[in-house]
Amino acid sequence: MSATFLGMPGNFPKNSARAVQDSQLRYNLRKATHTIRGKRASVVGELPDWQELRAAGKAIKDETLRHLDRYLVQLEETVTAAGGHVHWARDAAEANRIVAGLVKATGEREVVKVKSMATQEIGLNEALAAEGITAYETDLAELIVQLGDDFPSHILVPAIHRNRAEIREIFLDRMDDAPPGLTDEPAALAEAARVHLRERFLRSKVAVSGANFMVAETGTLVVLESEGNGRMCLTLPETLISVVGIEKVLPTWRDLEVFLQLLPRSSTGERMNPYTSTWTGSAEGQDFHLVLLDNGRTDVLADEVGRQALRCIRCSACLNVCPVYERAGGHAYGSVYPGPIGAILTPQLRGMGSELDASLPYASSLCGACYDVCPVAIDIPEVLVDLRAKAPHGAAERAGMRVAGWVLNDQARLAAAQRAAGRLRRLVPRRLPGPLSAWTDTRDLPGIPEESFRDWWEREG
Amino acid sequence: MSRSAREDILARIRRAVDGAPEVEIPRRYRVTAEADDLVGLFAERVGDYRAIVHVVPEAEVPARIAAIVGGRRMVVPDGLPAGWTPPDAPGAGPADPYTADGVVTGCAVAIAETGTIVLDTGPGQGSRAQTLVPDYHLCVVRADQIVAGVPEAVSRLDPARPLTWISGPSATSDIELNRVEGVHGPRTLEVLIATP
Repeated sequence: MSATFLGMPGNFPKNSARAVQDSQLRYNLRKATHTIRGKRASVVGELPDWQELRAAGKAIKDETLRHLDRYLVQLEETVTAAGGHVHWARDAAEANRIVAGLVKATGEREVVKVKSMATQEIGLNEALAAEGITAYETDLAELIVQLGDDFPSHILVPAIHRNRAEIREIFLDRMDDAPPGLTDEPAALAEAARVHLRERFLRSKVAVSGANFMVAETGTLVVLESEGNGRMCLTLPETLISVVGIEKVLPTWRDLEVFLQLLPRSSTGERMNPYTSTWTGSAEGQDFHLVLLDNGRTDVLADEVGRQALRCIRCSACLNVCPVYERAGGHAYGSVYPGPIGAILTPQLRGMGSELDASLPYASSLCGACYDVCPVAIDIPEVLVDLRAKAPHGAAERAGMRVAGWVLNDQARLAAAQRAAGRLRRLVPRRLPGPLSAWTDTRDLPGIPEESFRDWWEREG
Repeated sequence: MSRSAREDILARIRRAVDGAPEVEIPRRYRVTAEADDLVGLFAERVGDYRAIVHVVPEAEVPARIAAIVGGRRMVVPDGLPAGWTPPDAPGAGPADPYTADGVVTGCAVAIAETGTIVLDTGPGQGSRAQTLVPDYHLCVVRADQIVAGVPEAVSRLDPARPLTWISGPSATSDIELNRVEGVHGPRTLEVLIATP
């Protein structure tokens, strides 16, 4: 059972300082992120209208969010008309209660799961376990994480921090039917997972999924995947329960023409992912339940700057280009949403009450690479800066800023301060003493000129 | 309880977006793509996913299917054109997907740019389980079913039907981001493109 991130101690600087000491982790991450970066760049470069698709994707999401109430009501109508059942959940606890109730009503005690960020966010597996229901992850990477009693560290590839040798060890230790002669060839590891899950797929009566998109106009849900475990879960069980964030709705069927181009190329760097399934209500006689999840999303929506984070389609392109993520890894963010998007989404969804969440807006060098690759043009640096202003600041920092404001707001005070600094410049140490050393531990103190530009201009001009 | 959650969430949304600006959607991307040779492009792109591809004149499709299928026990979905049904080899004929060696189908639409086949469970395409459980999938694509890009495919498809978009065999990139073909879906995808 993979552990939950909720209530994780520490803060980003401490977590990342520990992570960068792990040379195996840094090697695995560097190799993986550079591979996928190259693939993404090449398939995005193939499309002459990428920027036009990106502009359309951004606008469709913004328009949806502007009228989210209307589209959700429409979705409820279309899903219900097609034989599905719609449930609403204000928070994680309510969503977990609904899902557990639905599973119990079937009389089953096991569910198979398709990889889903929303169900990880609400800690569904743990909540089901508390009710005596076992949830089996079926995505290969999720299986690796679950068997290894580990945390996911990437949105798309949750086991990106593990290399093939480590995965082999986990399978041999924890998978009861792993072949004894298992090698660390990726094909052999994939085959072991296929055999391990095959019977479970054919036997399971209930599946739990998320969705990449929901179409209000038609009531259609869409799941993109690679392995076929998604198709197994979505197709074979008699009951399907999908837990989906309210921001995943799209107004029209036609809108998929944009997102089915943006998402695969941005996430796995392929022209198209191997499998995409779409279904509308009760497909082929299946009992279908949709749980619409808020869990903090309406708080994000209320923030004029931060609400753009709800455009996110969870492609993870921003993780793969981020210099901070590449070095720190996903666990340092202490959330199912790591990387640049996590640094703006987690503090907004959970608030900045914990030390960890308040440190996330600083988990960035503001280089802007994330904004450049984002398929829905989320200006992540803009939101980071806005969140930094809103984050709690210490008394000393607030006092320092008040003094700085007092000096900088008045010409005469600034000139006096500059002259004083110029005269005392030889006395200023290269590293500041006491608590101020936190600043100079990682930065050089800028050199103070003998004479300020203003004074020079007065004299020479 | 569920009812009040619904009203709570809708009320919170209305408060959150109150006064937010309206948004225009610019659709300046390509809705019809240019391609001189749709069959050639589709064949190349499907091949890039390491699927097996043949381009065959329509009249030769039955003989080619028979040759490809050989003695395999294939699932034959309802409505498959008579000529596409593999001939009576030992054990051939309609089979249970759970014990069959493979499945032979047609498709609803194919996309050249992305090398994608879309099944909509219509005649000759089988149920979703029939095209998922067997380890081998032979799919016949008529040249007139191939469109250039994703937007043309979306406009041709019926959202009321369950759709499966297939781009190559089942694959994973979960181990060091290396693509490995063959996890839970059919490990071999063979595509026969029938030209007039």
